[in-house]
Amino acid sequence: MKTADPREIFQQEAQDLLVQLEQALLDLEHAPDDSALIDTAFRALHTIKGSGSMFGFEAVAAFTHHVETAFDKVRQGTIVPNRELIMVTLHARDHMRQLIEAPESADTAAGEAILAQLQRAMEGGAPQAAAAPAAAKVVVDATWRVRIRFPRDVMATGTNPLLLLDELRALGRATVTPLVDDIPPLDVIDPTACHIGWDIVLTTAQPSTAIEDVFLFVRDEMTLEVEAVDAVVPAARLGEILTERGDVTAGAVQAALEQQKPVGELLVKDGATSPDKVNAALAEQQHARREAAPAAPGAAAKANANSSVRVPAERLGELMDRVGELVIAQSRLRQIATTSADQQVKSVAEEIERLVLELRDTTMGIRMVPIGSLFGRFRRVVHDLSRDLGKEVALTMEGEETELDKTVIEQLNDPLVHLIRNAIDHGLEDPDGRAAAGKPQQGHIKLSARHAGMEVLITIEDDGRGMNRERIRERAEERGLIAKGATIGDSELLGMIFQPGFSTAAAVTSLSGRGVGMDVVKRTIEGLRGAINLSSTPGHGSEVTLRLPLTLAIIDGLLVRVGSGRYVLPLGSVEECVELSREEDARSRGRSFLNIRGDLVPYLRLRELFACKTPADPYQKVVIVSSGDLKVGLVVDQVIGDHQTVIKSLSKLHADVEMLSGATILGDGAVALILDIPHLVAFGQVREENQRAAG
Amino acid sequence: MSQQGSKMRKVKDATSLEVLTLRLDGHLFALEASHVREILDLGPVTEVPSANPFVNGLINVRGKVVPLADLRLKFGMEKTTATIDTRVVVIEIDLAGDQTTIGLLADKVYEVTEIVPSEMEETPRIGMIWRQEYIRCVGKRGEDFIIVLDIAAIFSSVLRDRKDNPAKRNAA
Repeated sequence: MKTADPREIFQQEAQDLLVQLEQALLDLEHAPDDSALIDTAFRALHTIKGSGSMFGFEAVAAFTHHVETAFDKVRQGTIVPNRELIMVTLHARDHMRQLIEAPESADTAAGEAILAQLQRAMEGGAPQAAAAPAAAKVVVDATWRVRIRFPRDVMATGTNPLLLLDELRALGRATVTPLVDDIPPLDVIDPTACHIGWDIVLTTAQPSTAIEDVFLFVRDEMTLEVEAVDAVVPAARLGEILTERGDVTAGAVQAALEQQKPVGELLVKDGATSPDKVNAALAEQQHARREAAPAAPGAAAKANANSSVRVPAERLGELMDRVGELVIAQSRLRQIATTSADQQVKSVAEEIERLVLELRDTTMGIRMVPIGSLFGRFRRVVHDLSRDLGKEVALTMEGEETELDKTVIEQLNDPLVHLIRNAIDHGLEDPDGRAAAGKPQQGHIKLSARHAGMEVLITIEDDGRGMNRERIRERAEERGLIAKGATIGDSELLGMIFQPGFSTAAAVTSLSGRGVGMDVVKRTIEGLRGAINLSSTPGHGSEVTLRLPLTLAIIDGLLVRVGSGRYVLPLGSVEECVELSREEDARSRGRSFLNIRGDLVPYLRLRELFACKTPADPYQKVVIVSSGDLKVGLVVDQVIGDHQTVIKSLSKLHADVEMLSGATILGDGAVALILDIPHLVAFGQVREENQRAAG
Repeated sequence: MSQQGSKMRKVKDATSLEVLTLRLDGHLFALEASHVREILDLGPVTEVPSANPFVNGLINVRGKVVPLADLRLKFGMEKTTATIDTRVVVIEIDLAGDQTTIGLLADKVYEVTEIVPSEMEETPRIGMIWRQEYIRCVGKRGEDFIIVLDIAAIFSSVLRDRKDNPAKRNAA
């Protein structure tokens, strides 16, 4: 591993900060008074400026400085973050991103224009400054040492010391140490008397009178001492605390220190103090340490934010490989253990099996990322589109915590942006249209994600006009995709929009021609081994559902044998397995169709496709798989069963073998090939056509 | 590729070369030792249907799926069945920008040895039954010749053939 370029690190960090900034700005639009959001935005700007100049991004630092100044004023309450200011700051953010990613191609003039706008926005924000929040009252916490000694008969007068202690604890953060020195031996104890005293270290924003008020009703009978402790000195030494508390003389401490053993222990041994008093002092010491720790709340929050680690993806890949090897080695161990009579070997093998499976799940978990990180980006898309198109749009999100493989999430960005754009541009009516249809003026886009078995479903819903089936049909007929007047299923009709170059838009808008059409969306999703479902109710809106596998690293497959080779079929495309009857087998040498509940399903003999030389099994099985709307039977020698497996990609040497999508390692260490169903079907059809032409 | 060419010309003044010697169909061949990762016994091989016969196998090397190549086919020799001496030499080369691990079948693996410059000769233009582009240099070992293979060239040719093939198919 070479050391990463610090500039690259800055660029990565700045990306995160820009995302934070954007989120804060978008939230601020709805909650302009939220000081936490203002702080987040300011902090992000401040850090970008600071580290920008440290790593030689002078232009970034200089530009950000102006924006930071504006937000400093917002923070101080001199200007309000109105819509205009947020808009300009969002533009500024985009400009900063450009400055960071491609400093040489950034447009200085544009930057200056933004700064001028910013200046105007700040002036616009100023007059309303009367509404600025009152300066926050600064409250400083103080630490108090409270010693309580109740008279013995305190409980007889109806006072419960524990309730008083609870009351005291409610004032702030308290460490309570009971002093049990005075408890007499069991045979002489008076169970109704209070033998216990308490030392309390309390950190509170309340004044010392508040502490005294707690004991208002017993104040006269009891001994109560309240003194201030300097909590900022994080941890005074135990001896110092004891001396300061007057529990031990300085001389005794000094004597004990000279013996170089734990001070408390020695002082007790020397009879200079009691164990309880040392404990109380120790408790105070710990309290002081605890108070010192969160002294800078920002620091604590920062530590929390940094608790994630950036790891290059290939290292995770390596880890996954190692775990895969471990799983295989472990399954061999299990085989040995089952044949062994040694109970110890068996129990170790079982334990290793459990650990390995847990390790595998954890490792897979590392690759999983909540989809919220992706959804968050769309708020800006919706915000900008809503402005550009003059349509009011509310975006709601659901299931942001749903986890998905990071590689899948990264590839989902473009398709989802396209679908959201479509929903707003084509789906939602303009404000007049909505009013005419009796709908609320504000359009609604809902983005949701949820788990369903081994899949994740992502749904984009809008409450717009729905898809125009007549228009789709018209266009499809025009383009010769369907015959005029042909009856066609609804889902098939809606599916026409996935045809390359298919558009029902009467006019080309500024949003068209972005390079991603619905056909590209479909291809991307299928590339991720996923599928798209469409549904649409005229007048009520459309719903697009993406079904995606949880991860690309793992495949749920059906293991089959063809000749001596074993192959994995992705379980998602397997419909059913049937037996190829002898008559059928004998009959269909040339053309091969199976009758599956009235449907004619063509089938391919994988043995022929793979040129197997070994003799065929007497009872051939057919696995019916679907590829798009096409169903095809694959004739195999044996169906072995379910197989969940780690996918390994093939090297460039085998990149030309299109019927394979990868390989995997079986429990016995052998390699099995994963079949690429769509390509296999295409390959088989070409072959069959050739045979027909030749025959 | 140009790098390979320049190396060939430099043979005369080259420093000594560490190689792994192996046998293919009775001939002594050698691979640069720097490419070699490990030598394994031959385990189960999974055949890749409709792949180039030269690399139509896959093996499991410590949990990695690795293509297995049979150099015999590249040099016009007959495919043989494995014997007790058969080994897989696992090499790592740069294949069109990707570090790729490949297993090579060898009838027998001998040793890692050094070929000093005085024993090295440029590939003779004639009198060789193998294609010259696959050979880096020829070393003399007593009466014997060691043919040092240019592994990178051999595997790049697999990718190149594939690119050429569609054109040929169209022409035919």
